[in-house]
Amino acid sequence: MLVNNRQSTLVGLSITGSFQRDTSLLFSDIAFELKQGCWTCLLGPSGVGKSTLLRLLAGLSTGGQFNGRIQTNPEFITADQNDIQMTNDVADVISYMAQTDLLFPWLDVRQNIMLGHRLRHEKNSTLYYKQTVDRLIDQVGLGAHEHKRPHQLSGGMRQRVALARTLMEDQPIVLLDEPFSALDARTRDDMQSLAFDVLKDKTVLLVTHDPAEAIRLAHHLFVMTHDGIHNHQTPENLPPRQVEDPKTLAAQAELLRVLKS
Amino acid sequence: MRSDIPISKQKINGRDLAVSVLIILIGWQLVVWVTEVPRYILPGPLAVAEALVKYADLLAMHAWVTAIEVVGGLILGTLLGITTAMYLTMSATATRYMMPILVISQTVPVFALAPILTLWFGYGLGSKIAMTILIIYFPVASSFLDGLRATPKGFLDLAQSMRATRFNTLIHVRLPAALPSLSSGIRLATVYAPIGAIIGEWVGASQGLGYLMLLANGRVKIDLMFAALVTLCIFTLLLRAITNALCNRLDHWAGQSH
Repeated sequence: MLVNNRQSTLVGLSITGSFQRDTSLLFSDIAFELKQGCWTCLLGPSGVGKSTLLRLLAGLSTGGQFNGRIQTNPEFITADQNDIQMTNDVADVISYMAQTDLLFPWLDVRQNIMLGHRLRHEKNSTLYYKQTVDRLIDQVGLGAHEHKRPHQLSGGMRQRVALARTLMEDQPIVLLDEPFSALDARTRDDMQSLAFDVLKDKTVLLVTHDPAEAIRLAHHLFVMTHDGIHNHQTPENLPPRQVEDPKTLAAQAELLRVLKS
Repeated sequence: MRSDIPISKQKINGRDLAVSVLIILIGWQLVVWVTEVPRYILPGPLAVAEALVKYADLLAMHAWVTAIEVVGGLILGTLLGITTAMYLTMSATATRYMMPILVISQTVPVFALAPILTLWFGYGLGSKIAMTILIIYFPVASSFLDGLRATPKGFLDLAQSMRATRFNTLIHVRLPAALPSLSSGIRLATVYAPIGAIIGEWVGASQGLGYLMLLANGRVKIDLMFAALVTLCIFTLLLRAITNALCNRLDHWAGQSH
């Protein structure tokens, strides 16, 4: 029963190479890939370069030099120059959600969700478009709040808006940079379930420093340390796993042991 | 007075203002009565009030001219400041070559330029509006530019990940995020603008409250001079109230005041 190898023949995205900032090597010879339609978690302590890796994939500035290649399915993009130019094409199939909700205070919930179209000056008056926004607002449970401004919302609600905004981009690959870490425990649990549900058709990379979150959500799990990236076995059952399930707890304990060693 | 709001944004409570003004007026009148200072040195508030009524038409006529100069200069200077800040945000080359000039230009005492402006733009509205623009241009441009450059990094990352062009990022991210900075620049400009207009009028004019003050001074009509001063104060207060209301709306729209 190889549930973790669901659709393993299809590679969503892979990255190999090393990254240098100033004179110090942040990581070298890393290689890992995202399986299409799966959640891949990248777990590691702060300062190890997880976020840099994610920014690299998203085509954002990293203040350093990346030597290697990033490849998406089906296109194949190779380059060794400036990391921003290199990942531009990859960035076209990626949407990105950060640790903070990054809601624009001058836009209401609905407008924040439609931000991408506003920023690209895309036509947004079609019925299909309106229905998509309505559906997303319903999905994240913000039907009664669509005309509120961000400051009128709780932290959990704000992160729901950010999730809907990410989904509105409708990209096959979604990068999540510790999006639940600033939430309280109960809200985090709700958000994890919600995110897993609404992102089920996407190829997801979740960067986190929370072993419980990683074990709960990952199809595939990689542990990132200063020595590199290592694959870590996840429990056999499919995510999202029950937090109180003994198998989940055992896997968490095992993961903590690995992190400490 | 709320301690969590900066002085420049304080709302003026009408009752408190009335009380403090009344105390000042009573004190002033007492000084005049007790010291028996001659009317051509310091007229009492009653004499000034008398002059305000007596010269009401004259004061209104000159106040109207000054108001046009101040408001005209304020609007044009603000637009010029906004344009400069946005242009500098878009172009790194422009920033590189214009920034030093902008900074050095602030070492020129703007008042010293008033005679030149009068020479170039004449005795009419033009030279006063130019003076007002010169005085408020830098505060508006620099505070808006600071705002445009201080956009939260996360907002810019988000815009980039959504493949926004530089121009769209400026219009839809940097600009709205910088509106609170612009409104503090405009608040500052509102305080400076009447200074520009009055200086302009002092150097050479045939109309306006500044001109009227010089005229009254020359003819030792000190009560009229004070009446013109009071009119100017009332006008400035009104202008401050109006721009404050507009700026508050701007801040509210930008999501900065709740």
